[in-house]
Amino acid sequence: MSANTELKQLTQKRYEAGFYTDIEADTVPPGLSEDVIRLISAKKGEPEWLLDYRLQAYRAWLEMTEPTWAHVRYEPVDYQAISYYSAPKAKGDGPKSLDEVDPEILKAYEKLGIPIDEQKMLAGVVAVDAVFDSVSVVTTFRAKLAEAGVIFCSFSDAVKDHPELVKKWLGSVVPHTDNFFAALNAAVFTDGSFVYIPEGVRCPMELSTYFRINAMNTGQFERTLIVADKGSYVSYLEGCTAPQRDENQLHAAVVELVALEDAEIKYSTVQNWYPGDENGVGGVYNFVTKRGACRGDRSKISWTQVETGSAITWKYPSCILQGDDSVGEFYSVALTNNRQQADTGTKMVHIGKRTRSTIVSKGISAGRSQQTYRGGVKILASADGARNHTQCDSLLLGSRCTADTVPYVEVKNATAQLEHEATTSKISDDQLFYCLQRGLDAEDATNLIVNGFCKEVFRELPMEFAVEAQKLLELSLEGTVG
Amino acid sequence: MLSINDLHVSVAGKPILKGLTLEVVPGEVAAIMGPNGSGKSTLAHVLSGKAGYEVTSGSILFKGQDLLALEAHERAREGVFLAFQYPVEIPGVSNAYFLRAAVNAVRVHRGLEELDAVAFLKEMREQMKRVKMDPKLAKREVNAGFSGGEKKRNEILQMAMLDPSLAVLDETDSGLDIDALKAVSDGVNALRGPNRSMLVITHYQRLLSYIVPDKVHVLLDGRIVTSGGKELALELEERGYDWLRGDAAA
Repeated sequence: MSANTELKQLTQKRYEAGFYTDIEADTVPPGLSEDVIRLISAKKGEPEWLLDYRLQAYRAWLEMTEPTWAHVRYEPVDYQAISYYSAPKAKGDGPKSLDEVDPEILKAYEKLGIPIDEQKMLAGVVAVDAVFDSVSVVTTFRAKLAEAGVIFCSFSDAVKDHPELVKKWLGSVVPHTDNFFAALNAAVFTDGSFVYIPEGVRCPMELSTYFRINAMNTGQFERTLIVADKGSYVSYLEGCTAPQRDENQLHAAVVELVALEDAEIKYSTVQNWYPGDENGVGGVYNFVTKRGACRGDRSKISWTQVETGSAITWKYPSCILQGDDSVGEFYSVALTNNRQQADTGTKMVHIGKRTRSTIVSKGISAGRSQQTYRGGVKILASADGARNHTQCDSLLLGSRCTADTVPYVEVKNATAQLEHEATTSKISDDQLFYCLQRGLDAEDATNLIVNGFCKEVFRELPMEFAVEAQKLLELSLEGTVG
Repeated sequence: MLSINDLHVSVAGKPILKGLTLEVVPGEVAAIMGPNGSGKSTLAHVLSGKAGYEVTSGSILFKGQDLLALEAHERAREGVFLAFQYPVEIPGVSNAYFLRAAVNAVRVHRGLEELDAVAFLKEMREQMKRVKMDPKLAKREVNAGFSGGEKKRNEILQMAMLDPSLAVLDETDSGLDIDALKAVSDGVNALRGPNRSMLVITHYQRLLSYIVPDKVHVLLDGRIVTSGGKELALELEERGYDWLRGDAAA
């Protein structure tokens, strides 16, 4: 099987995104204060209202304490030891086109297999916004998208070019007081992607942002805001990697989605932040707030994620189902290996009538990792005829990992229908032997069984992403068969 | 093809096979008959390399090489095939995908080119016809929700595709109605050939009316106590196994 040969090559490479790009960077010294925030804001040439927003968030953050309820353990983060801004040094006035982007950065993306050269791409399949440390280095196909009225640009450009949209929607789903990490992000976020799909437009291509942490001792705090106006549709992909380092890196992102009447947003993530080594040294702390609001009637937001990375994951992509007949979906595969810890899940808040939500969570724990599914379903009194279906399956590889399921259900309307299914299983010796007896080796057999386990989620991913996700999973499973 | 010499096997410290000796020549179809608990399934599992079976002494030569030195997947690639008594379900994995992965793993080991999707599907469809299997089963998840007959036909399909030199059929007749038994037997018979040996493990004579063996061996208390031609199976059907116990004790 050629996939097998390919897999073998992949597994020998281990964390293949773990390289570092040596470029000149403009990095502010470590530490966080109002002055640092003013400095970041000034570097980005931001308007007064945005600086005020940041300072407000910072002051709120100072009053907050880091959450401790998640089932993860880590050394306290020293927020004064992190640099809050690092940008590849611009030659002149910042890159206007791809030709002006530092070739070293282009090489880095090439190495990662991220298409940021429009010429070399198949005619317009995916448009990419490439975020390198704190800034967006390039956004492809902007012109082509503009023809359709779609705005797809870095957050910084959106602040400059579409301040009215940013001002209107920023913090409207995740307020700056939402939680400790969201507040921190609101204070110091540096870049990210902005998407606006106008009324009635079906976005002509997949949009994608690729986040890369490169610099040392730098946190990445990106902000993504996607607004789908009435009757529009967009499919958005997010990918992440970081160099392999012994120090932990902090990633505290915020993603806000807004779907108005009859709009649909499909948000897919393949997250492959550096997970640390087999002894738990290094790796990214991924403390992310992702939330979508189905504001309009019949709107739909769908989260699909495949997560194999990060030393620690704290993440609950959620849906606020406000509009009547709105739909929220969450499909997740989370794989933890070695010493990784993940506390992840979703929250579905039903407000509108006949709102529906589906949760399919597949957790795979290997090595000595620890994984918790934490899912909340909340049916408010106004949500007549709301429905939720939750399916939560855990697969254990080996005997030194743990998997926990913590569902929260709150129902204030008697007409609601909720279903919850949960299973925990191990790959059975019988399954494994059956595969071995047909000539597959133990590693291929495990991959096959795990891929089967994840099928329901993989089929929700866009085609190219599904292939990437499958490979990533195989790579992350390396060494789990002993 | 297969040469088992004075094989002793324990499971969890308990001796199950106690000096089993057996010779199977190329092209031969040998039936292993015996009552429950005589060690039939243990023999099938030891040959295919399942974990949990401890070989305390004796040897197994397969095509001249030491079979016990090979891991389970290596034995499969070398041409040992086990048709399971209880085929296992693999949720989320399509039957065709699974089979193609297996076929190509085996082909690569044997120095053949991997089959591409088109060539594989063509081959699979032909073989499915031979075992009278519903083509829809190719797309279904491996053995998930299959009837007893469908599962066994699926085993025979896999056998046909993997082209083994030694096929071990473990209680292939269990749970089959007469039509399914016929179809499965036809499939097996079609696969008989001068370069393929088969070990047909069964409790009852019934299967042997359809898959007529060249030789019949009786396994009792971990040893082969008597061997004969196909007529021995009929005799066992009539007289049971008890009359042989005296021989075993003697």
